[in-house]
Amino acid sequence: MNPPTQWPPRPATIEEMMLQALAMEREAVARYSELADIMETHNNREVAELFQRMAGYEQHHVDHILEDMHWPRNIVTPRYGGIWTAPDGPEAVPLEDMHYLMLPWHALQLALAAEQRAHDFFDGLAREAASDAIRKAALEMRAEEAEHVELVRAWLAKVPQPDSDWAADPDPPRHTD
Amino acid sequence: MNEVAAPVETAAFAAADYKSGYKPVWCPGCGDYGVLGGLTRALAILQLPPHQVAVVSGIGCSSRIPAYTSCYGFHGVHGRALAAGTGLKVARPDLTVIVAGGDGDGYSIGGNHFLHACRRNVDLTYIVMDNHVYGMTKGQASPTTEPDWNSKLTPGGTGVRSFHPLVIALAAGANFVARAFSGDSGGAAEIIAQAIRHPGFSFVEVLSPCVTFRPEQKDWKQAVRRTEIPATADPAQAARRIMTDDGFNIGVLYAGDRPVYGRTHGTGIAPAELEGEFAL
Repeated sequence: MNPPTQWPPRPATIEEMMLQALAMEREAVARYSELADIMETHNNREVAELFQRMAGYEQHHVDHILEDMHWPRNIVTPRYGGIWTAPDGPEAVPLEDMHYLMLPWHALQLALAAEQRAHDFFDGLAREAASDAIRKAALEMRAEEAEHVELVRAWLAKVPQPDSDWAADPDPPRHTD
Repeated sequence: MNEVAAPVETAAFAAADYKSGYKPVWCPGCGDYGVLGGLTRALAILQLPPHQVAVVSGIGCSSRIPAYTSCYGFHGVHGRALAAGTGLKVARPDLTVIVAGGDGDGYSIGGNHFLHACRRNVDLTYIVMDNHVYGMTKGQASPTTEPDWNSKLTPGGTGVRSFHPLVIALAAGANFVARAFSGDSGGAAEIIAQAIRHPGFSFVEVLSPCVTFRPEQKDWKQAVRRTEIPATADPAQAARRIMTDDGFNIGVLYAGDRPVYGRTHGTGIAPAELEGEFAL
């Protein structure tokens, strides 16, 4: 999908950059929470708990930014994406990648990709930063995302890979005969 | 990082404030989640207090949406959401009325109401989550299904021409016509917010994939594109544009200035007097 016509420029100040970061983290919290609800509704409690835990990690990032910047909780963040080019923010797992029978391994693969995108987002900001202060802030955020990437990787190493028939359902919802 | 707190913009309502505690029962991957996200973000953009908004629907997967919002809601009769929503807006013009549903509910069962709601041009917003299939009843062809869509229920396809909701809305008198995509929830929010702001009947067709019965619709994410052309107020130009695009241009396609129906039309009658007309 093409980016919006009026594409915002790279952030000129730390405040602008951190508002973008806050928007991204808030979106990640909302999306992980939504995914947890979806899985809970479909009785996939194990994956629901995993997504809830990821939402908790992202909420920690939100709290950290608000505290660091001395911002109120109801601060308004830039609408509609800001500086990322996809419809969703870099750290949001795409909704269409869900499956009701998905296993923790699948969920962690999605989370890993999301955390890697967030890392790359801050990496890009650091490389193209308008000032040293913005670069420093972007590198700090990148380091936090790198920790998340490693955390998810370690978690993934403890989770068994799914069998080839993981999506087999003897009573599928799509049955039109 | 920054040691000095600069003045910042705050908001009374966030998107989450427009969500109820009920968890949606849509299939994982369903586009309707993105529409719910788009709607709640749009209400946050407009900062409308939830109690000043009413969401009205008919029947179908997407018509569950009022229950998932914290606004007033009415889950009505199949295909009759626009009738209920129109009545509500005329009786309570102070409310922001949003009618929502699917392509089967809106274009087939409620097709006649759709035409006349466009024609009346009452100030409300109609959001159709179009997935080109009846999902709730397990995958029958809907009015917007492609004629060659092969399924167990329609072997070889229906062979029937697809309904073209946007051009029909325009021809019937809708004052605002737009297309959005559920996979671009932020973009959908901007379009829905514009639709709510625009006076008269605003119609937003949201491409919302059914991953269960139309899994190929996952490809819509690659097919859609934001339109580069600004909205026109010229119906003829809008009609040409809508008739000639491939159905994947996202954005506001028509924003007109047709007269809005309101209480100033007709003579007006007090509720007590109206009730008297029905006295036995």
